[in-house]
Amino acid sequence: MKNEKKNKQIEKVTKILALWTLLWVVSLALATFGPKFLWNENTTWSILAIVINTAFGAGMIWANIKHLNVLDELQKKIQLDAMGIALGVGIVGGLSYSVTDIANVISSDAEIGFLVILISITYMIALLVGKKRYS
Amino acid sequence: MKNKLKVLRAERDMTQADLADSLAVSRQTINAIEKGKFDPSLPLAFKISKLFELPIEEIFHHHETE
Repeated sequence: MKNEKKNKQIEKVTKILALWTLLWVVSLALATFGPKFLWNENTTWSILAIVINTAFGAGMIWANIKHLNVLDELQKKIQLDAMGIALGVGIVGGLSYSVTDIANVISSDAEIGFLVILISITYMIALLVGKKRYS
Repeated sequence: MKNKLKVLRAERDMTQADLADSLAVSRQTINAIEKGKFDPSLPLAFKISKLFELPIEEIFHHHETE
């Protein structure tokens, strides 16, 4: 059966994507908290952790491309629509958030973490809406 | 764009899953095409045409108002 083979292929690339994402998240945590809690601000270790994190990030992007390539055309459209909406909301929302910091509308500094959360939540909602729209 | 996919499939006693399997796409994609929610790409339309042994224009109909 063609679809059984295709489904197994999708399952395989999804697992690979999940693994790269996990490696990237763990290495990001290491690069972020390592200097303070693990290697006492040692620059060499910090650079190494950042390089490893960037390499895992590149791997995650590669895995994401592989994942997109095995999807059929509707699944791909749903994914790309969700990514496009998340990117748009991220740019507009991120810049608005940055301006609120520059204009001193908010008392604290703008944190990039909020932008990542905004993009992630937007992507997940857009993905669910896309799946529902075509079901 | 309207299409006769559901009728053609029923005539051949095929389920959405059977058709999806023959075309190497998901069942959701077949369902979305049948309901007119998603227009297939030209390569997929040609695959459908070849499978049903009918010209594309006999399966898919464009409406000027769309």
